[in-house]
Amino acid sequence: MDTGAALALGDDALVLSHRLAEWAGHAPVLEEEVALANIALDLLGQARILLSMAGDEDELAYLREERAFRNLQLVEQPNGDFAHTIARQLLFSTYQRFLYEALAGDPVFGPLAVKAVKEVAYHQDHAEQWTLRLGDGTEESQGRMQRGLDALWRFTGEMFRPVEGLALNWQKLEERWLASVTAVIERATLRVPGGPRTGAWAAGAGREGLHTESFGRMLAEMQHLHRSHPGASW
Amino acid sequence: MVTAERTRHERTPVEQRLWELAGAVPDPELPMVTLGDLGILRDLRMFGPGEVRVEITPTYTGCPAVEAMSSDIEDVLHAEGLPDVTVRTVLAPAWSTDDITAEGRRKLAESGIAPPRPQPADGPIPLTLAVRCPHCGSLETELLSRFSSTACKALRRCVSCREPFDHFKEL
Repeated sequence: MDTGAALALGDDALVLSHRLAEWAGHAPVLEEEVALANIALDLLGQARILLSMAGDEDELAYLREERAFRNLQLVEQPNGDFAHTIARQLLFSTYQRFLYEALAGDPVFGPLAVKAVKEVAYHQDHAEQWTLRLGDGTEESQGRMQRGLDALWRFTGEMFRPVEGLALNWQKLEERWLASVTAVIERATLRVPGGPRTGAWAAGAGREGLHTESFGRMLAEMQHLHRSHPGASW
Repeated sequence: MVTAERTRHERTPVEQRLWELAGAVPDPELPMVTLGDLGILRDLRMFGPGEVRVEITPTYTGCPAVEAMSSDIEDVLHAEGLPDVTVRTVLAPAWSTDDITAEGRRKLAESGIAPPRPQPADGPIPLTLAVRCPHCGSLETELLSRFSSTACKALRRCVSCREPFDHFKEL
């Protein structure tokens, strides 16, 4: 099998899982500490299955260089404040839910997609509820939520660049995503960001192994232990 | 992890006994219920004397208890004199909280965990639907968080008795 699609989907899940796990010990309230860690755990489970389709999960996660990762640039973006993280969750979980729904009948990815979409529905619900609460909240929370959306908007075009090995109607996926995200943003009394959803410099970049500056630092932290103690186990 | 290749088969008397043994293994994270109660045991068959293959399915893809479940099943079957035990994890058909038996639901409620409600035809249940407090039985409970102490639970609070409690959320 061509492993490109498994790597793309698996890296999305792995990298976002790691980003969310960075909230451990820092979340604004205990319930969110637990929520973000649970979402990270679901994504890690998906990543393990997807990366195992492409090779050895540990080698792929811990021993690849930055340029070999195929994740979207969106998921590698730093957490920022809580609203920034929620904006990233809204944009990505909506995408991942519709993507998995579309893959339900896929001979390779169907079994995982059908299972994981049920978990992702909870991730999306979590992100939507927080978007509404922060957007339609105080002046401060609304400002932060809007800034999060504005900052991440330019990374959302890449999500709909066709991935080799996934037979999907990408245009339909994008229309569905945009309609859903727009409805939530408007209900939250926020503005749909006006800027472009991609820059010429970034089109399809993450999927081709080109990443943003902060990703290298994230990988260094994620891979440090495994590289320092090869083969260690407990 | 792969899809189950075959449909469930008619178990022989020996297989049925082993099935019951494996099904009686307690869940590592919710020890009040067994793997049989949760409905995660999918298949068990003998492939010659001393060789048995078991299929289980995870509740959540990231469930960290799957490895402990596999090794607990191996231990039980080894103790029964079977030297060659293989436990595989299968994803399809996807596990649902509807797979939890009536007995499993009763045990969860008894231990202070509100059992999952039956699944509607499409999508997750609206989280505002009533969940009964496992402590005082009141239907007036509120959601504190969609996520709780394990991947499979949500955190709620009873408006009547004010006790927080876990709810095995629908999947």
